[in-house]
Amino acid sequence: MKHNTRWIGLLLALVMLTALAVPTASAQESILDQVRARGSLICGVNGGLPGFGYLDPDSGEMLGFDADFCRALAAAVFGEVTADNLVFVQLTAQERFTAVQNRQVDVLFRNATWTVQRDAELGLDFGPVNFYDGQGVMVPRDLGVASLDDMDGASICVLTGTTTELNITEAMEKRGFSYELVKFERPAETIGGLEEGRCDALTSDISQLAGLRSGTADPGRYIILPDVISKEALSAAYIEGDPAWADVVKWTVYATMQAEEYGITQANLDEAMASTEASIQRFLGQGDQASGLLLGLDNDFVVNVIRAVGNYGEIFERNVGINTPLALERGLNALWTDGGLHYPPDWR
Amino acid sequence: MSDQPSSTFVASRHAPVPPWRDIRYIQAFLQIVFLIAVVAFGYTLIHNLVSNLADNRMAITFKAFDRPFGTNISEGTSNFDPATTSNWEALWIGFRNTLRVVAIGLVGTTILGVLIGIGRLSSNFLVRLVANFYIEVFRNTPLLVQLYFIYRGLRVTMPERVQDSIKLPGPVFVNRRAINFPLIEGTDTAWLFYLLFGIGLAVGIGLWVWRLRVQDRTGQPASVLRWFVPTILLFGAVGWLVAGGPFSIQNPELKRFNFEGGDKLSMEYLTLTLGLILYTAAFVADIVRAGIQAVPHGQIEAARAQGFSGGQTLRLIVLPQALRLIIPPLGNQYLNLAKNSSLGVAIGFFDVYNIASIISNQTGQSVAVFAVMMAIYLGLSLTISVVMNAVNYSMRLRSR
Repeated sequence: MKHNTRWIGLLLALVMLTALAVPTASAQESILDQVRARGSLICGVNGGLPGFGYLDPDSGEMLGFDADFCRALAAAVFGEVTADNLVFVQLTAQERFTAVQNRQVDVLFRNATWTVQRDAELGLDFGPVNFYDGQGVMVPRDLGVASLDDMDGASICVLTGTTTELNITEAMEKRGFSYELVKFERPAETIGGLEEGRCDALTSDISQLAGLRSGTADPGRYIILPDVISKEALSAAYIEGDPAWADVVKWTVYATMQAEEYGITQANLDEAMASTEASIQRFLGQGDQASGLLLGLDNDFVVNVIRAVGNYGEIFERNVGINTPLALERGLNALWTDGGLHYPPDWR
Repeated sequence: MSDQPSSTFVASRHAPVPPWRDIRYIQAFLQIVFLIAVVAFGYTLIHNLVSNLADNRMAITFKAFDRPFGTNISEGTSNFDPATTSNWEALWIGFRNTLRVVAIGLVGTTILGVLIGIGRLSSNFLVRLVANFYIEVFRNTPLLVQLYFIYRGLRVTMPERVQDSIKLPGPVFVNRRAINFPLIEGTDTAWLFYLLFGIGLAVGIGLWVWRLRVQDRTGQPASVLRWFVPTILLFGAVGWLVAGGPFSIQNPELKRFNFEGGDKLSMEYLTLTLGLILYTAAFVADIVRAGIQAVPHGQIEAARAQGFSGGQTLRLIVLPQALRLIIPPLGNQYLNLAKNSSLGVAIGFFDVYNIASIISNQTGQSVAVFAVMMAIYLGLSLTISVVMNAVNYSMRLRSR
């Protein structure tokens, strides 16, 4: 009996060995093929940030600007978004890049800032930028502070593991101020720290500040200071060295912008499809001109994307625009034709 | 013919057993095969990790630790410069913060645990009830929940504005962010005071030992404290006068946003230390209770019969014997406390885990960072283990 158990143990060890020794076959396969084979897109989002990626308390659905780009991508790959072909994974700032490295998520739309260090060292590729942001500082109105220059000695709440903690450090050191940073892992804890007086100020990307403020009991209590202390180019992230998948992500994001440039919306999509203009025909993959086929997608994938989520302007206004609790202006996020920075490359 | 069977029997008894049927060879062979399997298994895991990371254009390197930390640590540091402090130094600061929590935590949890454990066996109904209630509540809820509870609780009960801080004599100021108190620093002549105080301590200990010997020889009460305390007080006072006031006091001052100058204990530090003490003490209390109950009742009866009071019985008869049983499981709880200190990250305390995860996130070197972090926690735990084993060894029952 004793010998038997020993042999079984040995056998198990050998089985495990052989299982491990087999190289992970999927390592070289494009994520596009993996997504198709799996029948669903796994998309990493924030999950706790109103306006960008949050669970709707009534329906339990994942809503927001980032979540809509996940929907756009699912529509681009599968033709439509169903309950089964899009899976959201909520990630903290700490977890997000590891999740991409480990292929737990196919793509990350989680207000992640594109930096050279992350691009070069994390085994990730970024882009395109879908939201131009900057880091700001939010304080209670009654603190009586007009700018960051008045904040020598302050306690500041910040999200840990982000570029924002580095930026605020540099901004305060540059001014020669003494300061205390109180670091939390989740956005809800940072805004809680401000609400309950643990900190004098909260720093984060301005879009996040607006989102967090909209979730407080009394949003009118807080003001965002005029100082913008950093550039934050928020962008999609995906695994490095998968050009086919990178192209699909890039051109899906660009498609929403190009649609806005052509004035194509969810409402007038059918009219646009009937358009005889060559450029619009090409963009929507009508007729015999290659569009989606170049990327290995359905030729008319743009139609599917617009039908699912609308153009960039519609996504923006629906989630974070002036008529939402976040009340963000288009600003830098307008198209280049309207004085903004979004400039989709030519669709040809 | 008749001898044949027996001679065959004798021969077969002495014939050498072939190696493939010899239990000793089989065992040795299996050991070697098993060792190879384990090594191969480990190698495969590491090889897979490294090659998968290489596939994703990432290499494990410890060079990232030499880079500047880049952001502020607002706990256990003064004049912290994020641009010149390397990640190694930041880890060291985090480790010191962890040690500050663990050291105070171990002392606090021992004292509280012993008191509650004794309380659980008290003849007073109310004391027993409170001790039982305490143990059940703290042992049966998760530590993480308790930490959040204490943290939020401290936050909402303390004054919200720094300007409205509770002022205690000292001066000590208490608000939602920290307890601010005067910073006491030694002056240039402080070494004179330390020197004389040290001599006083040595003389005091000498007297202590001498009194114990006298007690052994003559049976007079030792009254050690009556000799020890005046001695160190005398030497301390002389040292104070010679050094001419060896300490300077710097009071915290209220500035625009916070108290500056002075020293402080942050709410995060207090929460974590308090939470660890309260949680671990519940387990320690039950260990102490079990240890005391394991002392044979005859010992207590014998002590009573010889005229020992209740307190003396506990102090001189029961606890020394119970200690021998308490030490091994107590060591386990000490290890738990040390490891649980990593939960401080949940409330934003800058312990070594928190610092390491910041480094991991800012550099992307999660494998290297976590390897270092595991080594640090392993070192801490092994140190506690070694100390507790030494204590256990010195306490063992010596049979003559």
